[in-house]
Amino acid sequence: MTFLHQVLQWFADPSHWQGTGGIPHRLAEHLLMSGASVGTAALIALPLGIALGHRRRGGFYAINVSNVGRAIPSFALLVIALQVFGIGARPAFVALVALAIPPIVTNSYAGLMGVEADIREAARGMGMRERAVLFRVEIPIAMPLIMAGLRTSAVQVVATATLAALVAWGGLGRYIVDGLAQRDFVQVFCGAVLVALLSILVELGLGGIQALAIPRGLRLTSAPERPVGYPDSGLAA
Amino acid sequence: MAAGMLADATDPWIRWDWVGRHIPVITAALLQHVELTAIAVGAGLLISVPFALWAWRVPLVRDPVFAVSGILYTIPSLALFAMLVPFTGLSTLTSEIGLVSYTLLILIRNIVVGLEGVPAEVREAANGMGYRPLARMIRIDFPLALPAVIAGIRIATVTTIGLVTVTAVIGQGGLGQLILEGLINDFKSPLLVGAVLSVLLAVIADISLSGLQRLATPWSQAEARA
Repeated sequence: MTFLHQVLQWFADPSHWQGTGGIPHRLAEHLLMSGASVGTAALIALPLGIALGHRRRGGFYAINVSNVGRAIPSFALLVIALQVFGIGARPAFVALVALAIPPIVTNSYAGLMGVEADIREAARGMGMRERAVLFRVEIPIAMPLIMAGLRTSAVQVVATATLAALVAWGGLGRYIVDGLAQRDFVQVFCGAVLVALLSILVELGLGGIQALAIPRGLRLTSAPERPVGYPDSGLAA
Repeated sequence: MAAGMLADATDPWIRWDWVGRHIPVITAALLQHVELTAIAVGAGLLISVPFALWAWRVPLVRDPVFAVSGILYTIPSLALFAMLVPFTGLSTLTSEIGLVSYTLLILIRNIVVGLEGVPAEVREAANGMGYRPLARMIRIDFPLALPAVIAGIRIATVTTIGLVTVTAVIGQGGLGQLILEGLINDFKSPLLVGAVLSVLLAVIADISLSGLQRLATPWSQAEARA
């Protein structure tokens, strides 16, 4: 029997589609953990990045936090979190939140810094209060980069949630980790295909949402590429 | 179980006697880490340069090249290594194919962005001075693109150093082996040594490459001083 045949058979097996070890359950675990991590990270990182960008200072920290983040291997971060918090969902959650914060801070900071001084002056000249300048002028103009940060972060978290299987948590990574442990390379391959498909879908799906979130007035001009020197996604996952 | 919990409670973050007895193991892991990273970034550059030049010269090729390298970049590292295992086994080759794949998007994008950043006037002036295309590329386009190219190499190197740790799962890993050992034996010393050395390695690589960047582009400091 060829390898491809075994792979198809694995996917066709009804027992792989039900119960706590089934694909729907693992997928739900994966998405729930990723969503909770990115959501929590956004609650911390968005106010921070936006405040730094609005006050136009602290850039050194905003940029360097992401460089340091890149240097810490997510695998090491997960295992350290496991030692601190014990086995289960908690170490995975803490490590993923820590990984998700830097791209959001850096991009929202860069987005607000990119708003031209003339535009802010014009808004103030029109009699806008500081809050209105922030919420009605700066944040909408910075939206493409803010969304880019969230997207980068989300794709990275979905990718790293795979590694969470190594610290005894669920998600689609379980198929890869269990398969490697059992030398069941069919299961390894099928798990890898599922994870790869999910990552690509999330990347493309968030790309669509990102396009929708850009204010209409800005869509006329061409949307900026994500900043050079900060590759999109899945960093060091 | 009780003994395990007791051992866990008394296991300090670092036991220097363990480190002292395992210097050869740690050194070997560090060297393997450097080797896996160097091969990945080197091979990544060899593959990226022609594709980047192609994408730069032929606009039609640009989008497909970025799309393919982007998809490779999006696939989580563990999944990419896992997909290769049935074909190339638990081998260095599997690790390197995966690691090289991740450098491609970063390197190709930065090379193309660097080349596109060369001002049209400069290129025109070079043409006007009678540079032939190849000479112009080597003596004008390439040096001016160099800062972006080296920035790409820096990001690719730091990213690869992090990813190498994951290859411990498929039997390679360099310092990742120490991290995995810490995980399997529930023992903090190898974990901490592996994690700290891998961060240090990334920081040292980043600083060295930024020094190289300054040496390779002396004009950028002249501009900064002016």
